[in-house]
Amino acid sequence: MAIETESDLGSEDWDEILEPNAAVFNLRLREVWLYRDLLYLFTYRDIVSFYKQTILGPLWFFIQPIFTTLVYVLVFGKIAKLSSDGIPQILFYMSGVVLWNYFSECFNKTATVFRDNAALFGKVYFPRLLIPLSIVTSNLIRFAIQFGLFLALLVYFVAIGEVSPNAWALLLPLSVFVMATLGLAFGMLFSALTTKYRDLIFLLQFGVQLLMYATPVIYPMSQIPAGISGVLAWNPLAPVFELTRLGFLGSGTVSIGGLVYAATFAVVAFLVSTVIFNRVERTFMDSV
Amino acid sequence: MSAAIRFESVSKRYRLGEVGTGTLSHDLHRFVARLLGRPDPFALVGTLNDREVADGFGDGSRDDLPSDNAGDNARDETTGKRSVGSRAKRQNDYVWALKDIDFEVPRGEILGIIGRNGAGKSTLLKLLSKITAPTSGRIKTKGRVASLLEVGTGFQPELTGRENIYLNGALLGMRRHEIRSRLDEIIDFSGCAKYIDTPVKRYSSGMTVRLGFAVAAHLDCEILVVDEVLAVGDAEFQNRCIGRMREVSAGGGKTVLFVSHNMGSVRSLCRQGVVLDRGEVVTMAPISDAIRDYFDLNAGAETGAHWHGTVDPTSAFAVEHVSVVGQGQPSYAATDQSNVISPDEAFQITIQYTVGKPLPPMRVGFQILSGEGPVVVEAYDSDAPDCRGPRSPGRYCSTCTIPGHLLSPGWYYLTLNAGIPHVENLFNKAGVVKFRIHESELDRAQRTRRSGVLQPCFQWETKPS
Repeated sequence: MAIETESDLGSEDWDEILEPNAAVFNLRLREVWLYRDLLYLFTYRDIVSFYKQTILGPLWFFIQPIFTTLVYVLVFGKIAKLSSDGIPQILFYMSGVVLWNYFSECFNKTATVFRDNAALFGKVYFPRLLIPLSIVTSNLIRFAIQFGLFLALLVYFVAIGEVSPNAWALLLPLSVFVMATLGLAFGMLFSALTTKYRDLIFLLQFGVQLLMYATPVIYPMSQIPAGISGVLAWNPLAPVFELTRLGFLGSGTVSIGGLVYAATFAVVAFLVSTVIFNRVERTFMDSV
Repeated sequence: MSAAIRFESVSKRYRLGEVGTGTLSHDLHRFVARLLGRPDPFALVGTLNDREVADGFGDGSRDDLPSDNAGDNARDETTGKRSVGSRAKRQNDYVWALKDIDFEVPRGEILGIIGRNGAGKSTLLKLLSKITAPTSGRIKTKGRVASLLEVGTGFQPELTGRENIYLNGALLGMRRHEIRSRLDEIIDFSGCAKYIDTPVKRYSSGMTVRLGFAVAAHLDCEILVVDEVLAVGDAEFQNRCIGRMREVSAGGGKTVLFVSHNMGSVRSLCRQGVVLDRGEVVTMAPISDAIRDYFDLNAGAETGAHWHGTVDPTSAFAVEHVSVVGQGQPSYAATDQSNVISPDEAFQITIQYTVGKPLPPMRVGFQILSGEGPVVVEAYDSDAPDCRGPRSPGRYCSTCTIPGHLLSPGWYYLTLNAGIPHVENLFNKAGVVKFRIHESELDRAQRTRRSGVLQPCFQWETKPS
């Protein structure tokens, strides 16, 4: 069947060779870089299509955290009377809600990436990693807006002298980095596994919710009994939440070791899940 | 001329049946086999992609199989389930959509890929476009590959035409500055200049397609892969697309791979053709030979001037025999093959059939398809006024005489059809008979090949005036 043209096999230089199994530890980040414009356009698309044809438009970015915070204040603060470590309850819960929103949005959206984009993935090739990355960046913009709301509230409470931020606040980028990376890593891991085993979607649905209770979102670390705090220390998200509260609200339990652990955990998880993600991405179209 | 693409024993296996049941156990089997150093236990099973045998459905049901409806992958796997229905087939849960594909495409070539539904065409393009990885084998490419498996992929309805050009271009691998430098050209080609700042959701489907193709047509790539996308859009736009692809290949030295069921556009665009059947390459040849082979595949290799049907005495309608026979004197002793007809010779198409029970007014007829693609004519016995009444049981023979000096030289295929108009289709079979109109002596003498499917001998009068 093959037509024989000149067979100068040795001298031919192919630009690309498609094979059943690619190198395992190739993260293909160079390719992502080549497609960086697409990352920008995806992010733009996500942001714009979020509020197109809504009356309140970008205002929706504020409404959700405000209402959630109010409900938390009511339920956990007033009814359950959980401690907020001496911090005004509205600030305490809002910091938790805004941070947790960012992580859980990254996680949830990334986890269904293959399912949500099957039509697109089936028609055109681009580094699949771009979609999770665009989720993280477009949510970062949302996070920035919501965090702005938190800061505005903070300014008021600082003015009346109820809280005093300190230098730990400068480590906010580290917190964001750890949350984004962890959200991405867990999300990609789930998305890779759910293409074949759909069961995991159900696990995801309540898993994220349960994870919230294992993270100091609605309670401070300082209130945890010694026996349980040892277990909760394994949660790489815990130091991040405590760090942010310590920096901006002046109260939190932070250790350097915990921060190093969280950052290392995030990076390792990201590398591992990228490898798995890239592996699945090559043939997921056959099983999705 | 060096190669731009080379397929080296490329195979692709799909799993049939419902995914999700049994995958875990298969994965465990594989894992154990790998631990023991044995080969993949599922690499051995799997049949060639022969859907007709497996699912036993008619023509229509073949349309929704793995490799073809490039769109619905999710459904691919589940439609396969039907063919697993019979217990004998149960162990063949895997199917080879492509098996040991080996060929090479030289740079600057426009290659047509043809084959029936389910032959593996779309799978081939998907592998080449990196949408899915081959099960075994290697594909080597030189230069950037841009694939157009669907027009307007990733269009975001809320964004404007202009924004979507950027998005779509970036999806196909273009940088923003590249798109910006060609924006005017793209808008111009699409013919959507007036609506370019309107959200795409307000576009007509035709406009969406035009915009999508316009982006792809201005891609900066070395290899362009185009699937059946031209089926949409009007004739004028299709011609523009084909023109553009030809331009791209001739001027830019780009390699184009084109999949289509429309033999007309394949013929007008491609120089070389690959015929795929059941996942294997049947022919790789100049396009006219490839198209002929494709038609032969459809018709069955042994198809000649005669066809004998199987008569079931209980059925309401059965075709016994169909034949194409040349009338009168051939202008020269063409050949001893009975299905070769001289261009000036009238010929008869005879259909012999049995009607098993009284039928309302029905008709029996045929389509003549040119080997190059289009349907040339369609005719029914009910064209004759005395043949429009109810039909009582018995044997019938319908003969249609087609005058000489009508069809141009080439291969023709007959599709047989019988039915009660608007009520019931009694019989339909494509490619029952094939025949060839020989080149006329005049054409041979003048060494010309006229264009057109028909080549009637009109009346001409030329005199000094």
